[in-house]
Amino acid sequence: MAGTALRRRLGHRRLTARLVETRDETATARTLRFAVPGWPGHLAGQHADVRLTAEDGYTAQRSYSLSAPADGEFVELTVQLVPDGEVSPYLVRDIEVGDEVELLGPLGGWFVWRPEQPGPVLLIGGGSGIAPLRAMLRARSAASPPFRLLYSVRTPSDVYFAGELDSPDVTLLYTREAPDGVERTPHRIDAADLTAYGLPAAEEPTCYVCGPTSFVETVTGLLIDAGHDPARVRAERFGG
Amino acid sequence: MAVFSRAFHGRREQDPALPPGQYLTEDFPVLSAGPTPPVSADDWSFTVTAESGERHAWTWAELMALPAEEPTVDIHCVTRWSKLGTTWRGVSLDVLLEDVDTAADYVLAHSHGGYTTNLPLEDVLDGKAWLAFEFEGEPLEPVHGGPVRLLVPHLYFWKSAKWISGLQLMLDDQPGFWEELGYHNYGDPWREQRYDGD
Repeated sequence: MAGTALRRRLGHRRLTARLVETRDETATARTLRFAVPGWPGHLAGQHADVRLTAEDGYTAQRSYSLSAPADGEFVELTVQLVPDGEVSPYLVRDIEVGDEVELLGPLGGWFVWRPEQPGPVLLIGGGSGIAPLRAMLRARSAASPPFRLLYSVRTPSDVYFAGELDSPDVTLLYTREAPDGVERTPHRIDAADLTAYGLPAAEEPTCYVCGPTSFVETVTGLLIDAGHDPARVRAERFGG
Repeated sequence: MAVFSRAFHGRREQDPALPPGQYLTEDFPVLSAGPTPPVSADDWSFTVTAESGERHAWTWAELMALPAEEPTVDIHCVTRWSKLGTTWRGVSLDVLLEDVDTAADYVLAHSHGGYTTNLPLEDVLDGKAWLAFEFEGEPLEPVHGGPVRLLVPHLYFWKSAKWISGLQLMLDDQPGFWEELGYHNYGDPWREQRYDGD
Protein backbone atom coordinates (compact mmCIF):
# COMPACT_ATOMS: atom_id res chain seq x y z
CA MET A 1 0.00 0.00 0.00
CA ALA A 2 2.92 2.34 -0.46
CA GLY A 3 2.64 3.96 -3.90
CA THR A 4 2.95 7.55 -2.81
CA ALA A 5 3.01 8.62 -6.44
CA LEU A 6 -0.62 7.54 -6.68
CA ARG A 7 -1.69 9.64 -3.75
CA ARG A 8 -3.20 12.97 -4.42
CA ARG A 9 -6.29 14.77 -3.42
CA LEU A 10 -9.26 14.27 -5.64
CA GLY A 11 -11.83 16.98 -5.58
CA HIS A 12 -15.50 16.22 -5.35
CA ARG A 13 -18.71 18.13 -5.63
CA ARG A 14 -22.41 17.65 -5.07
CA LEU A 15 -24.38 17.90 -8.29
CA THR A 16 -27.88 17.27 -9.58
CA ALA A 17 -28.11 14.09 -11.65
CA ARG A 18 -31.05 13.37 -13.96
CA LEU A 19 -31.74 9.76 -14.91
CA VAL A 20 -31.62 9.40 -18.69
CA GLU A 21 -31.49 5.65 -19.25
CA THR A 22 -31.75 2.37 -17.37
CA ARG A 23 -30.68 -1.14 -18.21
CA ASP A 24 -31.54 -4.26 -16.25
CA GLU A 25 -28.41 -6.31 -15.61
CA THR A 26 -30.08 -9.19 -13.76
CA ALA A 27 -33.43 -9.72 -12.04
CA THR A 28 -32.08 -7.73 -9.07
CA ALA A 29 -29.55 -5.28 -10.50
CA ARG A 30 -29.86 -2.28 -12.74
CA THR A 31 -27.46 0.13 -14.43
CA LEU A 32 -28.55 3.77 -14.23
CA ARG A 33 -27.20 6.36 -16.64
CA PHE A 34 -27.39 9.93 -15.39
CA ALA A 35 -26.78 13.28 -17.03
CA VAL A 36 -24.80 15.33 -14.50
CA PRO A 37 -24.11 18.93 -15.58
CA GLY A 38 -20.79 20.03 -14.12
CA TRP A 39 -19.45 16.50 -13.53
CA PRO A 40 -15.66 16.88 -13.36
CA GLY A 41 -14.82 13.46 -14.77
CA HIS A 42 -13.46 10.50 -12.82
CA LEU A 43 -10.99 7.65 -12.78
CA ALA A 44 -12.09 4.10 -13.48
CA GLY A 45 -12.76 2.44 -10.14
CA GLN A 46 -13.97 5.52 -8.27
CA HIS A 47 -17.38 5.72 -6.65
CA ALA A 48 -20.05 8.32 -6.00
CA ASP A 49 -22.52 8.97 -3.21
CA VAL A 50 -26.17 9.11 -4.20
CA ARG A 51 -28.32 11.32 -1.99
CA LEU A 52 -32.08 10.93 -2.07
CA THR A 53 -34.35 13.57 -0.57
CA ALA A 54 -38.03 12.92 0.14
CA GLU A 55 -40.59 15.70 -0.30
CA ASP A 56 -40.49 16.49 3.42
CA GLY A 57 -36.71 16.85 3.42
CA TYR A 58 -35.80 13.41 4.77
CA THR A 59 -32.55 12.26 3.15
CA ALA A 60 -30.62 9.02 2.76
CA GLN A 61 -27.26 8.58 1.12
CA ARG A 62 -25.22 5.57 -0.08
CA SER A 63 -22.05 4.91 -2.10
CA TYR A 64 -22.07 3.14 -5.47
CA SER A 65 -19.30 2.28 -7.88
CA LEU A 66 -19.12 4.23 -11.11
CA SER A 67 -19.47 1.35 -13.56
CA ALA A 68 -18.37 3.17 -16.73
CA PRO A 69 -15.29 5.26 -17.49
CA ALA A 70 -15.44 9.05 -17.76
CA ASP A 71 -17.85 10.14 -20.50
CA GLY A 72 -18.27 13.89 -20.39
CA GLU A 73 -21.20 14.83 -18.17
CA PHE A 74 -22.70 11.33 -18.10
CA VAL A 75 -22.09 8.76 -15.39
CA GLU A 76 -23.30 5.20 -14.91
CA LEU A 77 -23.93 3.49 -11.61
CA THR A 78 -24.76 -0.19 -11.28
CA VAL A 79 -26.85 -1.00 -8.26
CA GLN A 80 -27.59 -4.39 -6.71
CA LEU A 81 -30.86 -4.66 -4.80
CA VAL A 82 -30.42 -5.13 -1.07
CA PRO A 83 -33.84 -6.55 -0.16
CA ASP A 84 -34.12 -4.78 3.19
CA GLY A 85 -32.15 -1.75 2.04
CA GLU A 86 -33.34 1.82 2.12
CA VAL A 87 -31.79 3.29 -1.04
CA SER A 88 -31.12 0.39 -3.43
CA PRO A 89 -34.80 -0.66 -3.76
CA TYR A 90 -35.58 2.86 -4.95
CA LEU A 91 -32.72 2.87 -7.45
CA VAL A 92 -33.38 -0.65 -8.76
CA ARG A 93 -37.20 -0.61 -8.74
CA ASP A 94 -38.73 2.86 -8.41
CA ILE A 95 -36.69 5.61 -10.01
CA GLU A 96 -37.75 6.49 -13.57
CA VAL A 97 -36.12 8.31 -16.45
CA GLY A 98 -36.37 12.04 -15.78
CA ASP A 99 -36.19 11.70 -11.98
CA GLU A 100 -33.43 13.52 -10.13
CA VAL A 101 -31.03 12.59 -7.36
CA GLU A 102 -28.01 14.35 -5.91
CA LEU A 103 -24.61 12.91 -6.72
CA LEU A 104 -21.47 13.56 -4.71
CA GLY A 105 -18.24 12.57 -6.35
CA PRO A 106 -16.00 11.32 -7.67
CA LEU A 107 -14.76 9.65 -4.47
CA GLY A 108 -11.94 7.30 -3.64
CA GLY A 109 -8.45 7.43 -5.04
CA TRP A 110 -7.04 4.01 -4.22
CA PHE A 111 -9.14 1.40 -5.99
CA VAL A 112 -8.56 3.15 -9.33
CA TRP A 113 -6.80 2.47 -12.59
CA ARG A 114 -5.02 5.36 -14.29
CA PRO A 115 -4.26 5.07 -18.00
CA GLU A 116 -0.69 6.28 -17.45
CA GLN A 117 -0.08 3.56 -14.86
CA PRO A 118 2.53 1.09 -16.12
CA GLY A 119 2.19 -2.66 -16.06
CA PRO A 120 -0.48 -5.27 -16.72
CA VAL A 121 -3.77 -5.39 -14.87
CA LEU A 122 -5.52 -8.36 -13.31
CA LEU A 123 -9.16 -7.77 -12.40
CA ILE A 124 -11.01 -10.31 -10.27
CA GLY A 125 -14.65 -9.66 -9.47
CA GLY A 126 -17.31 -11.59 -7.59
CA GLY A 127 -21.00 -10.91 -8.22
CA SER A 128 -21.82 -7.21 -8.13
CA GLY A 129 -18.11 -6.56 -7.55
CA ILE A 130 -17.80 -6.47 -11.32
CA ALA A 131 -19.08 -2.86 -11.45
CA PRO A 132 -15.85 -0.87 -10.90
CA LEU A 133 -13.85 -3.48 -12.81
CA ARG A 134 -16.07 -3.02 -15.84
CA ALA A 135 -15.21 0.69 -15.76
CA MET A 136 -11.49 -0.20 -15.74
CA LEU A 137 -11.87 -2.73 -18.55
CA ARG A 138 -13.71 -0.19 -20.68
CA ALA A 139 -11.25 2.61 -19.87
CA ARG A 140 -8.34 0.81 -21.47
CA SER A 141 -7.23 1.59 -25.02
CA ALA A 142 -5.27 -0.24 -27.68
CA ALA A 143 -2.10 1.23 -26.18
CA SER A 144 -2.87 -0.02 -22.66
CA PRO A 145 -0.90 -2.83 -21.03
CA PRO A 146 -2.44 -6.32 -20.95
CA PHE A 147 -5.69 -6.65 -19.01
CA ARG A 148 -7.26 -9.82 -17.73
CA LEU A 149 -10.66 -10.13 -16.06
CA LEU A 150 -11.86 -13.08 -14.00
CA TYR A 151 -15.52 -12.78 -13.11
CA SER A 152 -17.05 -15.16 -10.59
CA VAL A 153 -20.83 -15.61 -10.86
CA ARG A 154 -23.27 -18.20 -9.61
CA THR A 155 -25.22 -18.87 -12.80
CA PRO A 156 -25.53 -17.43 -16.33
CA SER A 157 -28.52 -15.34 -15.24
CA ASP A 158 -26.36 -13.58 -12.63
CA VAL A 159 -23.95 -12.10 -15.18
CA TYR A 160 -23.82 -8.29 -15.29
CA PHE A 161 -22.89 -6.58 -18.58
CA ALA A 162 -23.64 -9.75 -20.52
CA GLY A 163 -22.87 -9.21 -24.17
CA GLU A 164 -19.82 -7.03 -23.57
CA LEU A 165 -17.70 -9.66 -21.86
CA ASP A 166 -17.15 -11.90 -24.88
CA SER A 167 -13.41 -11.35 -25.13
CA PRO A 168 -10.35 -13.61 -24.86
CA ASP A 169 -9.23 -11.41 -21.96
CA VAL A 170 -12.36 -12.23 -19.95
CA THR A 171 -13.11 -15.51 -18.18
CA LEU A 172 -16.42 -16.17 -16.47
CA LEU A 173 -16.01 -18.51 -13.53
CA TYR A 174 -19.39 -20.07 -12.73
CA THR A 175 -19.78 -21.32 -9.18
CA ARG A 176 -23.14 -23.13 -9.34
CA GLU A 177 -24.32 -23.58 -12.90
CA ALA A 178 -22.50 -23.01 -16.19
CA PRO A 179 -23.99 -22.63 -19.66
CA ASP A 180 -23.63 -25.39 -22.24
CA GLY A 181 -20.23 -25.54 -23.84
CA VAL A 182 -18.28 -24.39 -20.79
CA GLU A 183 -15.79 -27.09 -19.87
CA ARG A 184 -14.88 -25.86 -16.40
CA THR A 185 -17.01 -27.62 -13.79
CA PRO A 186 -18.81 -25.01 -11.67
CA HIS A 187 -16.88 -24.29 -8.49
CA ARG A 188 -15.59 -21.38 -6.48
CA ILE A 189 -12.43 -19.70 -7.74
CA ASP A 190 -9.28 -21.58 -6.77
CA ALA A 191 -5.53 -21.53 -7.34
CA ALA A 192 -5.85 -23.52 -10.58
CA ASP A 193 -8.20 -20.85 -11.99
CA LEU A 194 -5.66 -18.13 -11.23
CA THR A 195 -2.97 -20.11 -13.01
CA ALA A 196 -5.15 -20.95 -15.99
CA TYR A 197 -6.88 -17.60 -16.55
CA GLY A 198 -5.00 -14.94 -14.56
CA LEU A 199 -1.63 -13.29 -15.07
CA PRO A 200 1.53 -14.72 -13.48
CA ALA A 201 3.05 -12.93 -10.51
CA ALA A 202 6.30 -12.64 -12.48
CA GLU A 203 4.58 -10.14 -14.81
CA GLU A 204 3.83 -7.99 -11.75
CA PRO A 205 0.26 -7.06 -12.59
CA THR A 206 -1.62 -4.62 -10.41
CA CYS A 207 -4.45 -6.74 -9.03
CA TYR A 208 -7.90 -5.33 -8.30
CA VAL A 209 -10.24 -7.58 -6.33
CA CYS A 210 -13.84 -6.58 -5.70
CA GLY A 211 -16.76 -8.48 -4.24
CA PRO A 212 -18.24 -9.74 -0.99
CA THR A 213 -15.83 -9.90 1.96
CA SER A 214 -15.45 -13.69 1.93
CA PHE A 215 -14.71 -13.62 -1.82
CA VAL A 216 -12.13 -10.86 -1.44
CA GLU A 217 -10.45 -12.61 1.48
CA THR A 218 -10.23 -15.85 -0.52
CA VAL A 219 -8.95 -14.24 -3.71
CA THR A 220 -6.40 -11.94 -2.08
CA GLY A 221 -5.10 -14.98 -0.18
CA LEU A 222 -4.80 -16.99 -3.41
CA LEU A 223 -2.97 -14.11 -5.10
CA ILE A 224 -0.45 -13.79 -2.28
CA ASP A 225 0.05 -17.57 -2.19
CA ALA A 226 0.74 -17.40 -5.93
CA GLY A 227 3.53 -14.90 -5.29
CA HIS A 228 1.83 -11.57 -5.98
CA ASP A 229 3.24 -8.71 -3.89
CA PRO A 230 0.58 -7.60 -1.34
CA ALA A 231 1.50 -3.99 -2.21
CA ARG A 232 0.14 -4.60 -5.72
CA VAL A 233 -3.15 -6.10 -4.53
CA ARG A 234 -5.98 -3.62 -4.06
CA ALA A 235 -9.29 -4.62 -2.60
CA GLU A 236 -12.81 -3.33 -2.39
CA ARG A 237 -15.18 -5.28 -0.16
CA PHE A 238 -18.94 -5.14 -0.36
CA GLY A 239 -20.72 -5.64 2.92
CA GLY A 240 -20.29 -8.47 5.39
CA MET B 1 -32.01 24.43 -3.38
CA ALA B 2 -32.70 20.85 -2.47
CA VAL B 3 -33.21 18.27 -5.17
CA PHE B 4 -36.20 16.06 -4.42
CA SER B 5 -36.26 12.50 -5.62
CA ARG B 6 -39.77 11.70 -6.79
CA ALA B 7 -41.40 8.73 -5.08
CA PHE B 8 -38.63 8.37 -2.50
CA HIS B 9 -39.91 8.01 1.04
CA GLY B 10 -37.12 6.32 2.98
CA ARG B 11 -37.14 4.60 6.28
CA ARG B 12 -36.84 7.48 8.75
CA GLU B 13 -34.82 5.85 11.45
CA GLN B 14 -34.69 8.37 14.23
CA ASP B 15 -32.50 6.59 16.74
CA PRO B 16 -30.80 9.47 18.56
CA ALA B 17 -27.69 7.32 18.99
CA LEU B 18 -27.14 7.42 15.22
CA PRO B 19 -25.12 10.36 13.91
CA PRO B 20 -26.60 12.15 10.88
CA GLY B 21 -26.54 10.13 7.68
CA GLN B 22 -25.83 6.81 9.42
CA TYR B 23 -27.93 3.64 9.40
CA LEU B 24 -27.91 0.79 11.86
CA THR B 25 -26.35 -2.54 10.96
CA GLU B 26 -26.36 -5.76 12.96
CA ASP B 27 -23.56 -7.46 11.04
CA PHE B 28 -19.98 -6.22 10.91
CA PRO B 29 -18.96 -5.13 7.41
CA VAL B 30 -15.28 -5.32 6.46
CA LEU B 31 -13.55 -2.47 4.66
CA SER B 32 -9.82 -2.54 3.98
CA ALA B 33 -7.82 -1.18 1.07
CA GLY B 34 -5.68 -4.27 0.56
CA PRO B 35 -5.21 -7.87 1.57
CA THR B 36 -5.53 -8.85 5.22
CA PRO B 37 -1.91 -9.04 6.40
CA PRO B 38 -0.93 -12.21 8.25
CA VAL B 39 -0.01 -10.93 11.70
CA SER B 40 0.20 -13.39 14.57
CA ALA B 41 0.19 -12.44 18.23
CA ASP B 42 3.64 -14.01 18.54
CA ASP B 43 5.27 -11.63 16.08
CA TRP B 44 3.09 -8.61 16.87
CA SER B 45 4.69 -5.64 18.57
CA PHE B 46 3.71 -2.05 19.18
CA THR B 47 6.06 0.91 19.13
CA VAL B 48 5.53 4.49 20.24
CA THR B 49 8.11 6.79 18.71
CA ALA B 50 8.36 10.27 20.19
CA GLU B 51 9.38 13.29 18.13
CA SER B 52 12.81 13.05 19.79
CA GLY B 53 13.26 9.60 18.26
CA GLU B 54 12.89 7.94 21.65
CA ARG B 55 11.11 4.60 21.24
CA HIS B 56 8.90 2.60 23.56
CA ALA B 57 7.98 -0.92 22.51
CA TRP B 58 5.66 -3.67 23.73
CA THR B 59 5.34 -7.28 22.70
CA TRP B 60 2.04 -9.18 22.78
CA ALA B 61 2.99 -10.67 26.16
CA GLU B 62 3.83 -7.23 27.53
CA LEU B 63 0.50 -5.85 26.26
CA MET B 64 -1.34 -8.73 27.93
CA ALA B 65 0.38 -7.90 31.22
CA LEU B 66 -1.07 -4.37 31.22
CA PRO B 67 -4.42 -3.55 32.81
CA ALA B 68 -7.20 -4.06 30.24
CA GLU B 69 -10.60 -2.40 29.99
CA GLU B 70 -13.87 -3.52 28.42
CA PRO B 71 -15.30 -0.48 26.69
CA THR B 72 -18.83 -0.74 25.26
CA VAL B 73 -19.05 1.84 22.50
CA ASP B 74 -20.88 2.81 19.31
CA ILE B 75 -18.86 2.69 16.09
CA HIS B 76 -19.51 4.62 12.88
CA CYS B 77 -18.11 3.90 9.42
CA VAL B 78 -17.80 6.67 6.86
CA THR B 79 -19.68 4.39 4.43
CA ARG B 80 -22.69 5.09 6.67
CA TRP B 81 -23.16 1.99 8.78
CA SER B 82 -23.11 2.26 12.54
CA LYS B 83 -23.06 -0.44 15.18
CA LEU B 84 -24.35 0.42 18.62
CA GLY B 85 -23.21 -1.03 21.91
CA THR B 86 -20.21 -3.03 20.71
CA THR B 87 -18.01 -4.45 23.47
CA TRP B 88 -14.25 -4.68 23.15
CA ARG B 89 -11.35 -5.58 25.37
CA GLY B 90 -8.14 -3.64 25.17
CA VAL B 91 -5.56 -1.45 26.82
CA SER B 92 -6.22 2.26 27.09
CA LEU B 93 -3.69 4.40 25.25
CA ASP B 94 -3.48 6.39 28.49
CA VAL B 95 -1.59 3.41 29.91
CA LEU B 96 0.71 3.07 26.92
CA LEU B 97 1.49 6.78 26.65
CA GLU B 98 1.86 7.32 30.39
CA ASP B 99 5.66 7.36 30.46
CA VAL B 100 6.23 8.93 27.07
CA ASP B 101 7.85 12.34 27.20
CA THR B 102 6.50 14.42 24.34
CA ALA B 103 5.49 17.89 23.22
CA ALA B 104 3.63 16.48 20.21
CA ASP B 105 0.10 17.52 19.31
CA TYR B 106 -0.46 14.80 16.70
CA VAL B 107 0.00 11.09 16.19
CA LEU B 108 0.31 9.05 13.01
CA ALA B 109 -0.86 5.47 13.48
CA HIS B 110 1.04 2.89 11.44
CA SER B 111 -0.25 -0.56 10.53
CA HIS B 112 1.18 -3.80 9.25
CA GLY B 113 0.53 -3.67 5.50
CA GLY B 114 1.49 -0.01 5.24
CA TYR B 115 -1.75 1.73 6.24
CA THR B 116 -1.53 5.01 8.16
CA THR B 117 -4.01 7.42 9.73
CA ASN B 118 -3.48 10.65 11.67
CA LEU B 119 -5.16 11.92 14.82
CA PRO B 120 -4.70 14.78 17.27
CA LEU B 121 -2.94 13.42 20.36
CA GLU B 122 -5.73 14.65 22.61
CA ASP B 123 -8.14 12.39 20.69
CA VAL B 124 -6.36 9.27 21.88
CA LEU B 125 -5.94 10.32 25.53
CA ASP B 126 -8.28 10.59 28.52
CA GLY B 127 -10.11 7.31 27.96
CA LYS B 128 -10.93 7.91 24.31
CA ALA B 129 -8.78 5.24 22.59
CA TRP B 130 -7.61 1.67 23.11
CA LEU B 131 -5.44 -1.01 21.61
CA ALA B 132 -8.22 -3.57 21.23
CA PHE B 133 -7.64 -7.31 20.97
CA GLU B 134 -11.09 -8.77 21.69
CA PHE B 135 -14.48 -8.07 20.15
CA GLU B 136 -17.64 -9.35 21.87
CA GLY B 137 -15.61 -11.69 24.05
CA GLU B 138 -13.68 -13.32 21.21
CA PRO B 139 -10.15 -12.69 19.94
CA LEU B 140 -10.30 -9.98 17.28
CA GLU B 141 -10.57 -11.63 13.85
CA PRO B 142 -7.86 -10.89 11.27
CA VAL B 143 -10.36 -9.21 8.86
CA HIS B 144 -11.30 -6.81 11.64
CA GLY B 145 -7.69 -5.97 12.45
CA GLY B 146 -6.64 -8.85 14.67
CA PRO B 147 -4.57 -9.49 16.62
CA VAL B 148 -4.67 -5.82 17.69
CA ARG B 149 -6.35 -2.74 16.26
CA LEU B 150 -6.67 0.82 17.36
CA LEU B 151 -10.15 1.68 18.68
CA VAL B 152 -11.13 5.37 18.57
CA PRO B 153 -14.92 5.14 18.60
CA HIS B 154 -15.69 8.87 18.58
CA LEU B 155 -14.23 9.26 15.08
CA TYR B 156 -15.16 7.54 11.80
CA PHE B 157 -13.82 4.03 11.90
CA TRP B 158 -11.04 4.46 9.34
CA LYS B 159 -9.20 6.24 12.18
CA SER B 160 -9.33 2.98 14.20
CA ALA B 161 -6.39 1.51 12.32
CA LYS B 162 -6.44 -2.27 11.90
CA TRP B 163 -3.28 -4.37 12.45
CA ILE B 164 -1.76 -1.48 14.41
CA SER B 165 2.02 -1.58 14.68
CA GLY B 166 2.88 1.78 16.16
CA LEU B 167 2.20 5.40 16.90
CA GLN B 168 4.48 8.16 15.73
CA LEU B 169 4.22 11.33 17.80
CA MET B 170 4.47 14.50 15.74
CA LEU B 171 4.71 18.21 16.41
CA ASP B 172 2.97 18.91 13.10
CA ASP B 173 -0.01 17.18 11.56
CA GLN B 174 0.55 14.85 8.63
CA PRO B 175 -2.31 13.21 6.71
CA GLY B 176 -2.51 9.42 6.56
CA PHE B 177 -3.63 7.01 3.85
CA TRP B 178 -7.29 7.93 3.37
CA GLU B 179 -6.72 11.54 4.40
CA GLU B 180 -4.30 11.87 1.46
CA LEU B 181 -6.93 10.37 -0.80
CA GLY B 182 -9.59 12.97 -0.15
CA TYR B 183 -11.18 11.92 3.13
CA HIS B 184 -11.61 14.41 5.96
CA ASN B 185 -8.57 15.12 8.09
CA TYR B 186 -10.44 14.73 11.39
CA GLY B 187 -13.56 12.62 10.75
CA ASP B 188 -16.17 13.50 13.39
CA PRO B 189 -19.33 11.45 12.62
CA TRP B 190 -21.59 13.89 14.48
CA ARG B 191 -20.45 16.69 12.18
CA GLU B 192 -20.46 14.41 9.10
CA GLN B 193 -16.81 15.12 8.37
CA ARG B 194 -16.53 12.50 5.62
CA TYR B 195 -14.57 14.09 2.83
CA ASP B 196 -12.02 16.85 2.46
CA GLY B 197 -13.96 20.11 2.62
CA ASP B 198 -16.94 18.77 4.61
